[in-house]
Amino acid sequence: MYKSIGVEAEKTQTINTQLPAHIEVKDLNLWLDNKHILKNINVSIPKHSIISIIGPSGCGKSTLLKTLNRLLDDSAVIQLEGSVLVAGEDIYAKDAEVTTIRKRMGLLSQRPFPLPMSIFDNVAYGPKIHGERNKKILEQIVHEQLVNVGLWNEVKDRLHSSASLLSIGQQQRLCLARGLAVKPEIILGDESTSALDPISTQTIENLLISLKDDYTIVLVTHILRQARRVSDYILFLYDGEVIEFGKTEDILLNPKQELTQKYVKGFIS
Amino acid sequence: MSTAKRLRKEKIAKWIMRLSVLVISSSLLLIIGTVLCKGLPYLSWEMISQSPKGGFYIGKEGGVLNAIAGSLYLATASTILATCIGVPIAIYLHVYTRPTSLLKRFSKFLFDVLFGMPSIVYGAIAFSIMIWLGIRASLLGGIITVTLLTLPIVVRTISELLHTVPSDLQQITTSLGATKLEVAKILVLYIKPGLFTATLLAFGRAVGDVAGVLLTTGFTDNMPLYIDEPAATLPLAIFFQLTSPIPEVQGRAYASGLLLTLIILIVVICTNLLASKQKKHKL
Ligand SMILES: Nc1ncnc2c1ncn2[C@@H]1O[C@H](COP(=O)(O)OP(=O)(O)OP(=O)(O)O)[C@@H](O)[C@H]1O
Ligand SMILES: [Mg+2]
Repeated sequence: MYKSIGVEAEKTQTINTQLPAHIEVKDLNLWLDNKHILKNINVSIPKHSIISIIGPSGCGKSTLLKTLNRLLDDSAVIQLEGSVLVAGEDIYAKDAEVTTIRKRMGLLSQRPFPLPMSIFDNVAYGPKIHGERNKKILEQIVHEQLVNVGLWNEVKDRLHSSASLLSIGQQQRLCLARGLAVKPEIILGDESTSALDPISTQTIENLLISLKDDYTIVLVTHILRQARRVSDYILFLYDGEVIEFGKTEDILLNPKQELTQKYVKGFIS
Repeated sequence: MSTAKRLRKEKIAKWIMRLSVLVISSSLLLIIGTVLCKGLPYLSWEMISQSPKGGFYIGKEGGVLNAIAGSLYLATASTILATCIGVPIAIYLHVYTRPTSLLKRFSKFLFDVLFGMPSIVYGAIAFSIMIWLGIRASLLGGIITVTLLTLPIVVRTISELLHTVPSDLQQITTSLGATKLEVAKILVLYIKPGLFTATLLAFGRAVGDVAGVLLTTGFTDNMPLYIDEPAATLPLAIFFQLTSPIPEVQGRAYASGLLLTLIILIVVICTNLLASKQKKHKL
């Protein structure tokens, strides 16, 4: 029923931006267990900006996010067509090295999930597995990233106690620090504030905005107000298709597609 | 359904459960009580510090040190071996194979079957292989048999444990650019307290097994000094003493049973201590 809208929408997806594209998704089709989940996705995400993926539950937001760092590689039965270019490099190319690709993107999941180790080791884990052995440098990285996410003063006296003792909001900031410690170019967030209270949510949102200067940030969110607060661009996904992609104010205030209008006004959810 | 009826159901269910707990704990107390009453009078320093005198305990003298040592060697060695082999198997099946993989499904089935197989079957198979290879009953034969016997326990327990790990953990670690081996390390870190339970179950089965060692390990009155010679084990020692017509020897069987219980008690306490130390980073 919405097929026609989707086809029509394809023409409007390329938007003019002055910034160079950082992530380019080209003709992406994805099947999970033979179910067509992502259909003909064409998006080009500008460097050093925040984009929010919005859409009803089950439309494929998380799936799209996971295809960006090949997190679906090991899941059930996956069939993928098209390509995802990060800084011009096809991450689904045969000779692409998957751990390096993932290192370039930090993932912030829905629930904070500290690794079963100390606060210090959580942040140091990424650099360690990527070969950093120097203790001084590791300490420096941990300090830098904890300061970065505004956690340093709260935890500096208990760096070596278990990360699971932190509050949920603190844990989420720790997870962000852990992701940033591997020096990614891109931050992916899947409803990263949905488990947090309003204050912690605001802290994370402000953090993401401040990180925009150095990172390209792709967020999945259910909350339109959050999309408005943080993002430069919004991508509206419906039933696996990109219905509309554009500047935040355009999508929220003057959507071109009827479906987007309905969603933004709350008629479909 | 009326509220009165629901409450009545609740009450009945509660009493059934209480009754079950009562039955189980009283039979457990009965067993321990019997072993204590019948065994304690015969428990002496001589029992723990000497090997038996006068073939197969008929002499009423000496002790069961050889069987204690044999059982400890056998159970410790096979538990270590089963853990060393079982953990990689469970990790491989969980981390490296896809959920739809045939190998994974077949292995799960296989380990379920092996898990339920009686130990005499393991013993019989190992025995026939040993005959074919020309090896006689020995400590080594026993260790291999009991390792095979406890392997499914380790693999199954650890597989279950790995299933309880939230998939987020695997995803997060992967997204940091970890290889599968590094993901596996994090998973092991996460399930570490449960790992002790798995080894404990394996040890319990290994130390108490009779049928598996009957044919493969043999029995002797001597201390187990060489791995290629037969060795005594406590369960078999109990069996031989219990079948003796002499009351004193029968009493010593209960004393041996008491010793076996004590060994398991010590192992349980140690494992719990170790496991509780590991819990500090668990979520
Ligand atoms: N392994 C899988 N096999 C088959 N279908 C799957 C699999 N994983 C996800 N799906 C389906 O893919 C679709 C998209 O799922 P996805 O998690 O991306 O939705 P979402 O937009 O993130 O929803 P939500 O807002 O509720 O998180 C859903 O219909 C889901 O049922
Ligand atoms: Mg989702």
